[in-house]
Amino acid sequence: MIWNEKMECADRETMRALQLEKLQKTVKHEYENVAPYRKKMDEAGVKPEDIKTLEDITKLPFTTKEDLAENYPKGLFAMPMEDIVRIQASSGTTGKPKIAGYTENDLKMWGECVARGLTMAGATKKSVVHVSYGYGLFTGGLGAHIGAETIGATVIPMSSGNTQKQVMFLQDMDSTILCCTPSYALTIAEAVKKAGIDPKTLAVNAGVFGAEPWTQGMRDKIEEGLDIKAHDIYGLSEVMGPGVSTSCQYNEGMHIQEDYFYPEIIDPDTLQVLPDGERGELVITTIGKEGMPLIRYRTRDICYLIREKCRCGRTTVRMSRVFGRTDDMLIIRGVNVFPSQVETVIAKFSELTINYKLYVGRENNTDTFELAVELAEGLAIDDIAFVENLRARVDHALRDMLGIGCKIRFLNEGTLPRSEGKAVRVEDTRNFS
Amino acid sequence: MLVKQMSVFVENTTGKLEELTKILADNNIDIKACTIADTVDFGILRCIVEEPDKATRILREKGFTASITEVIAVSLEDKPGGFHKVLKILADEDIGVDYVYSTINSDEGEAVIMMKVKDHQKAIDVLSKKGVKLFCMPELV
Repeated sequence: MIWNEKMECADRETMRALQLEKLQKTVKHEYENVAPYRKKMDEAGVKPEDIKTLEDITKLPFTTKEDLAENYPKGLFAMPMEDIVRIQASSGTTGKPKIAGYTENDLKMWGECVARGLTMAGATKKSVVHVSYGYGLFTGGLGAHIGAETIGATVIPMSSGNTQKQVMFLQDMDSTILCCTPSYALTIAEAVKKAGIDPKTLAVNAGVFGAEPWTQGMRDKIEEGLDIKAHDIYGLSEVMGPGVSTSCQYNEGMHIQEDYFYPEIIDPDTLQVLPDGERGELVITTIGKEGMPLIRYRTRDICYLIREKCRCGRTTVRMSRVFGRTDDMLIIRGVNVFPSQVETVIAKFSELTINYKLYVGRENNTDTFELAVELAEGLAIDDIAFVENLRARVDHALRDMLGIGCKIRFLNEGTLPRSEGKAVRVEDTRNFS
Repeated sequence: MLVKQMSVFVENTTGKLEELTKILADNNIDIKACTIADTVDFGILRCIVEEPDKATRILREKGFTASITEVIAVSLEDKPGGFHKVLKILADEDIGVDYVYSTINSDEGEAVIMMKVKDHQKAIDVLSKKGVKLFCMPELV
């Protein structure tokens, strides 16, 4: 099933014509109503009427997370407050939260985008959508919610936490689609197992997971643990929230809702646009938003674009899995390390769970790097050699992946705190100031 | 003649062993013998307990990586050369020893050595043949 065949299966020329029209409208709206961005455009010597083709987008200045911080809280709003009907904010890891304002039309667009994504996971009017993303300023809960409502499905607004109750509702309400972060899906899968429930007996058959980067290894564990098909949903609160793109049943990248979001991939160092298929930083221009449009917004997320028509019939451009966020990147002894790389490695070891934490610190002017990872349940360990051999194999695999070694510490299963939202995978205690 | 030993992976953090033994105590499980193989960041607790299957299950439920390993329990003559006699029998038959630890059989006051060797069945055969007394599970607990 395709929610909006006209848009999701449009031919390239039709889509490009629509994108250009909407881009021109957005740039004009932004220039007229958002002073900080007008200033940027003036400094770059570009006027709205200079945008004559889609390629002209490269003439426009970027918007960055720093711009959001500098213009906190409402400096980038393009509509008067009376037209803003909703405020959401990101969980801002440092400093002030990133605020987003939505008009009524923006909320409709959000519902439309998420409805398209949920439909990729098989959602229909008959579905029971169990939303275990947190509700509140975080866009996960209300984003999944509005999409399910747009479809007319039954929505269960669980929010996150109280995992036993989540399991009870999954079982008793015959929920068919689960929406939450991948790490929380894993926590729920563990709880299902602990409760002695065979996942095959649950009605849930698909999951739509996002809000944090995850790996194929993690996907395999979730799909097995809950006996479902897992879909990847992408979004950023400042851009809209979840639903910017979602993966279909073929799991070969996430379909970007191109009539609302114009994607580019740039080299984060040279800022030049890269060709399709090359890995770089995703830049998004919202071409349908009124409340807080963002032009050439640098997401910091690393991925690549796939332009070919998908086997599902959709023609929308796809983005690959997010390999990491440049913000999440750790520089350890001069080497770039993404937590997702570590996750990929540990997912390959049946002796380990996917629950891990990285500790980075500094001793004697050298970075220290430690991985704490849980041993799989039911493992039989009677001798030191078994553990040391495992440690050597994990160390070897990590060195192959990262190029640097790390200290590995094994923990009993269940030792690390379980995620109820975004998992905290890194503790960096280095202080360079 | 094989004895069920419980092996538990224990992180080397303060209080971890206390937590483990509390679980055993709360479940009224008596520890008859134990040893810890330790490294910098973890240890493996090996112990002989009254109901090893039950104890293992309970510890697993509490998140410990616990499992059952089979060992042999050998009675020693409590005099110089007593231990050597047993090891010589095994060495002569080319049976390697992984680890040993000792305890006292409280009823008889005799020394008991728990051993994990490379070939338990062969070890049992040769030791029995040479008149070395081996214990089975009920005698120990």
